[in-house]
Amino acid sequence: MSFPDLTTDYLGLKLAHPFMPGASPLAEDLDSVRRLEDAGAAAIVLNSLFEERILQEQEATHRAMDLPAQSFAEALSYFPDPLGFELGAEHYLEQIRRIRAAVAVPVIASLNGTSEGEWLDVATSFEEAGATAIELNVYELSTRPNESASAIEDRLVDLVRHLRRLVDIPLAIKLSPFYTAPVHLARRLIEAGADGLVLFNRFYQPDIDPEALEVEPSLRLSDSSELLLRIRWLAVLSGQIEASFAVTGGVHSAVDAIKALMAGADAVQVVSLLLRHGPERLTQLRAEVATWLEEHEYGALSELKGSMNHSRCPDPGAFERANYLRILRGYRTQP
Amino acid sequence: MNPTGPVIDGDGTARRSTVDGNEAVASVAYRTNEVIAIYPITPASPMGELADAWSAAGRSNLWGDVPEVVEMQSEAGAAGVVHGALQGGSLATTFTASQGLLLMLPNMYKIAGELTPFVMHVAARTVATHALSIFADHSDVMAARATGFALLASGSVQEAHDFAVVAQAATLRSRVPVLHFFDGFRTSHEINTIEWNSDDVLSAMLDEKAIAEHRGRGLTPDAPVLRGTAQNPDTFFQAREACNPFYEACPGILQQSFDRFAQLTGRSYHLFDYFGHPEAERVVLLMGSGAETVHEVVEAMNESGKRVGVLRVRLFRPFAVADFVRALPPTVRRVAVLDRTKEPGAVGDPLYLEVVAALWESQGSEDRAHWTTLPEVVAGRYGLSSKELHPGSVRAVFAELAAEAARRHFTIGIVDDVGHGSLLIDETLAQIEPAGRTRAIFFGLGSDGTVSANKSTIKIIGERTGQAAQGYFVYDSKKAGSVTISHLRFGRGPIRSTYLIQRADFVACHQMQLLDRLEILELAAPGATVLLNAPYHPDEVWDRLPREVQQQILDKSLEIYSVDARALATEVGLGGRINTIMQSCFFALTDLLPREEALEAMREGIRDTYGKRGSALVERNFKAIELAVERLERVVVPEKVSSSRQRPPLVSPEAPEFVQRVTAVMLAGKGDRLPVSAFPVDGTWPTGTARWEKRAIAAAIPIWDSEVCIQCNQCVLACPHAAIRAKVYASEELASAPEGFVSTPYRAPDLRGRIYTLQVAPEDCTGCHLCVEVCPAKDRQNPRRKAINMEPAVEHRDRERIHFDFFLQLPELHQSELRRIDAKGSQFLQPLMEFSGACAGCGETPYIKLLTQLFGDRLLIANATGCSSIYGGNLPTTPYTTNLEGRGPAWSNSLFEDNAEFGLGLRLSTDSNQRMARRLLKQLAGSVGEELAAEILGADARDPSGVEAQRERVARLRQALDGVGGLDADRLRQLADDLVDRSVWLVGGDGWAYDIGFGGLDHVLSQRHNVNILVLDTQVYSNTGGQKSKATPLGAAAKFASAGKDIPRKDLGLEAMSYGHAYVAQIAFGAKMNHTVEVLREAEAFPGPSLVIAFSPCIAHGYDLSLGAVEQQRMVDSGLWPLFRFDPRRAEEGQPPFRLDCKPPSVGVGSIFDNETRFRIVERSDPDRFRELSARAQKDVERRFRVYQQRAGITTEEEPS
Repeated sequence: MSFPDLTTDYLGLKLAHPFMPGASPLAEDLDSVRRLEDAGAAAIVLNSLFEERILQEQEATHRAMDLPAQSFAEALSYFPDPLGFELGAEHYLEQIRRIRAAVAVPVIASLNGTSEGEWLDVATSFEEAGATAIELNVYELSTRPNESASAIEDRLVDLVRHLRRLVDIPLAIKLSPFYTAPVHLARRLIEAGADGLVLFNRFYQPDIDPEALEVEPSLRLSDSSELLLRIRWLAVLSGQIEASFAVTGGVHSAVDAIKALMAGADAVQVVSLLLRHGPERLTQLRAEVATWLEEHEYGALSELKGSMNHSRCPDPGAFERANYLRILRGYRTQP
Repeated sequence: MNPTGPVIDGDGTARRSTVDGNEAVASVAYRTNEVIAIYPITPASPMGELADAWSAAGRSNLWGDVPEVVEMQSEAGAAGVVHGALQGGSLATTFTASQGLLLMLPNMYKIAGELTPFVMHVAARTVATHALSIFADHSDVMAARATGFALLASGSVQEAHDFAVVAQAATLRSRVPVLHFFDGFRTSHEINTIEWNSDDVLSAMLDEKAIAEHRGRGLTPDAPVLRGTAQNPDTFFQAREACNPFYEACPGILQQSFDRFAQLTGRSYHLFDYFGHPEAERVVLLMGSGAETVHEVVEAMNESGKRVGVLRVRLFRPFAVADFVRALPPTVRRVAVLDRTKEPGAVGDPLYLEVVAALWESQGSEDRAHWTTLPEVVAGRYGLSSKELHPGSVRAVFAELAAEAARRHFTIGIVDDVGHGSLLIDETLAQIEPAGRTRAIFFGLGSDGTVSANKSTIKIIGERTGQAAQGYFVYDSKKAGSVTISHLRFGRGPIRSTYLIQRADFVACHQMQLLDRLEILELAAPGATVLLNAPYHPDEVWDRLPREVQQQILDKSLEIYSVDARALATEVGLGGRINTIMQSCFFALTDLLPREEALEAMREGIRDTYGKRGSALVERNFKAIELAVERLERVVVPEKVSSSRQRPPLVSPEAPEFVQRVTAVMLAGKGDRLPVSAFPVDGTWPTGTARWEKRAIAAAIPIWDSEVCIQCNQCVLACPHAAIRAKVYASEELASAPEGFVSTPYRAPDLRGRIYTLQVAPEDCTGCHLCVEVCPAKDRQNPRRKAINMEPAVEHRDRERIHFDFFLQLPELHQSELRRIDAKGSQFLQPLMEFSGACAGCGETPYIKLLTQLFGDRLLIANATGCSSIYGGNLPTTPYTTNLEGRGPAWSNSLFEDNAEFGLGLRLSTDSNQRMARRLLKQLAGSVGEELAAEILGADARDPSGVEAQRERVARLRQALDGVGGLDADRLRQLADDLVDRSVWLVGGDGWAYDIGFGGLDHVLSQRHNVNILVLDTQVYSNTGGQKSKATPLGAAAKFASAGKDIPRKDLGLEAMSYGHAYVAQIAFGAKMNHTVEVLREAEAFPGPSLVIAFSPCIAHGYDLSLGAVEQQRMVDSGLWPLFRFDPRRAEEGQPPFRLDCKPPSVGVGSIFDNETRFRIVERSDPDRFRELSARAQKDVERRFRVYQQRAGITTEEEPS
């Protein structure tokens, strides 16, 4: 074991250190996965298998291939139907298998969806294909006026309970920050069988093009400013809920990572940093954190983990509403 | 293409299979060959596609190897490859039909001349004469009868499957190559239950020693020989005769192969197979699928004691005289030889001539003893272009044979009121089908899944019940809103009825509106069950039926059932796909299978079909099965007709006489009843008939909001069917406008004070949505609304019909009245191509329509075979039309391969006419006026106003010529119109321009003649169903490239530019409309050859075509389709002749690859390969763009000092 000791426990997995790629296209091809492993990733989180994407693609393909078929004498179809062509999860499972076979570190499969339909059964196949753990990404925006917060939360809890029944491997839930009572929800999710929480999902925010009068999806990579929201809730949750926590979104430097760990993260997921600088940047992040610990005379990461969480930090009010007043008071009008 | 394959017995041997003829043949050809060269052609394409799919899937042949399948640039190319492979000692095969077979002829002479074991499989199809036809006759095969090939005919799916291997076995031993043929569509596309030939049977049939000998004759430098010498008068003749013994032995060897096959399978065949009364006096003799029907008739006639028979000719060449004579009963008095081909001017058609000669020859041989008197032979022609040979026709032939003096030559199946050579058919004699059969007929739309459902039903019955099942499908010639009619028979086999069902026990009408257009219940047997998909409650259905239909129901005591399948399909999430629902109802209403078993079989089928396409569709279809039967209800039929509504007329009473008399009959599906005299003698048809065919197929149509509209006309330009139009006109015109007609002041600097109207053609719109998608104007208060919005057709159609009629009467604008002819201005010009049968959202037709707007009144179009020749020229109606003066595009389709040459010929002819006219004008200047002559001869008539002025001068010339006598004046009168320049356009797809016609295209470009070439580039063979061409981009899946094409598309533009003297451009209307208009005008004005390559969205790309314009923009933005122009005139001005008309790629190829099914297929089959191909495509795009950028900076001429 190198000094300082960076080992961490995430979802019951013993990891050499907390740094890993978050769910993203980084794990889409084997080359990039090997580069991540070479860069020392503690685990590989796969790109997400999207419920909607599977369904949409099935629908679109059906329209494109089946609808024009069998209606014109000269062309009973317009597309080949090659061997291996399939629109379910088989390719994703194959990806799990191949990554599992290619790397020694844990492989965390990622599932993105909100409904409790049959498609969830695919989680069983994840386990069979060799996934070490599953990260369920709950990306849901309720736009229905008749749907209450409790109904949304109940559905989510049911979903987790259902998944828990399906698989034995560790289960992490990746949440958005937009819940009224996140701590209560977190507790329910853990009770329903989740082993950990990943904070937070980044929404792709739609933008408006005022010239074209169109709504456009926008995709921006994160920066360190987004970390603060995560730190607050990591600190609040990790102090009260017995579970694993991962931070995702906004870690761009060693200091960012240190802060997240101090707030209670067991694992640190990075995406934007690696998309910008390549998988190799992970090595640097890990080394810089190690150096920081050395410089600050920490012998092991565990000494620092959670040290600034809600229950241990010197001023818990700073994570709460009081924080608001303090900042307002300190604000001065610019001359 | 889903290779189906046989039902496998428990012991692993295959037993029965329900397949179509193409698959039955391809499955044998594939397993018994090593090299397969192919080229798509209807109706043989599926054989090549299957071979390619099996090869791509790694399926091996009998010897454990995966055959090499290669698609070539033409059938000539495929024949060359096969010839080479055979010379190398391989077992090789190919599949083709019609024009394709003609292109193979030269190689066939060689292959036969070299005594090469080889079998080619031909789905026999009409050769184009006065018209193209994709349907069946033997004119193609008969054109090959002099090649030295053995000609072997099979007549059913089973026979085609069997003869494929018998032919292979025989050719290996006889060394005479075999052309094995079966009737296109009737056999190639008929689905039937057959006994499957296992690998063991095939292996046992093929003589390994003969294969080794063939291989031993292969060219090798280890034992070199020379073939293909040139011989001289001293030796050629004798050497040619040296092959004779092989031809003499050939029939015997084939019979031995038949015998061996009979030993192995129990199915026995002969060179000539007689069936009928042993002492028959009258015999009909024929080849192909018609023999099955004759067999059925003979069986029925024999039962009633008639001494008749049928002789099936299996081997036409070499014609085995002795076998032939012995096959006929000695009692025969009269023989009718039926030919399915026409050889104008011959004494008779080929089979007749062969039979007559054989009988004559038998007189001089020992076979003479067979007869006391030689039978009399008469000749009948039948079945051209799949004309039905039904039992009534066959009865008529036997009746003719019984007549005192039978006609020597006749036709059957048509009414020839000109030559009076056709036999009268007594329809009452037509019902001879064996008892105990179920006959069902289904009317549906292509898009509703009716055919798929019926194919599934056939498989279920054929493979689960021990009953034989037969299916045959009739499609109309439209690509949007096409009607399909499925004919299904079930019963104890074999089912030999190779004709359409004439009386059905079950009639399903899957789209209720078809009851208004087609005689659907005419085919119902008395007491038949009728299933309607009706958008009404069953209590309402009766009242919704037109009087005529109610009357038929009462007359025939039909049992009516109805289900609102559309509503149910929508409810369970299947959209317009009602196939599963209607299929469930069919099983519920028939007793072919116990209901639960049938529904369970359907579920299995759905799992097979949709399983790999995802669970969602499977679940929805299961739900549909569950609910369909619940919703099915019997319609209570009252005792009397109660409806006041009559069927609407098919065409307006205002239509011209020809349309009423001929076109309307074809539209009603009764074209078979038109007599010979109804038709033009030389294939010349009037244009402008599509406007009389009102199909009203759109569920929603665009409705204009004049407040929001910015009058840009982009919707008009983009509309594939000319179904949305703009006009500017004087306000006085509105005086007679119908109520509610929308108009608004025209907002533009020119044509001040005029009024603007945007009008939909509500019955011609296909509802593709493209216009709304390209509309840039949004309601600022509610941007979801645009200047045009799709609204339910039922709510608007009646009113918009009146508005459109009024709109058409508003005066048309002339080009000379427009300040600018750009995307907007061009759309005020009358389109002279309208309402074609092209697909909804077609990306080709907007370009052609634009051509007709810009140059239509002086346009000559040479059209290569393909989509554009089908929607442009497939009867019953014609989209090309005329303006008020009666001028419009003159259009002709020669062939697929020769369009560039054909178009050049048209150009040379117009040039020659103009030269003659100018010479005559010079000569006659004294008589017509020197000044006028000089004006005409010196006119610059290249722009629209110049053309108009020249037309006016020509009109004056005609006046001046009045009263001028002499031959020269007569000639000038005839040629005067040629003094106005014609615009000659060569139009075709990428299959033509990049592949089969490239040699000619290249040659035409290498000349200086002023032809304009428009390539409608869909990047794939669209008309035949999406096969790879050299225009197919790297990474796209296409048939023959199912794993994704791994070579970039040919840069046709760059190749054409290499000459330096031709105008070359690449356009995409959806990306830059003004550029498109400008390029077409420049190309036309360019005084030499010009080539315009136009990107055309196509259903073979696999996305919602309403987004075709967006997708074109992406093609340009990603660099996959750069816009450019190469204008040699610019070089003369010291400018770089090449101009890039688009910015460097701003998005990756992923923007296309992630969006279109043709690329997604690759990703969903092999993600790694997809990534690799995407990366290569990205690099290729960037590389090409750099090449263009460099070129854009190159000045080819010296700078002027």
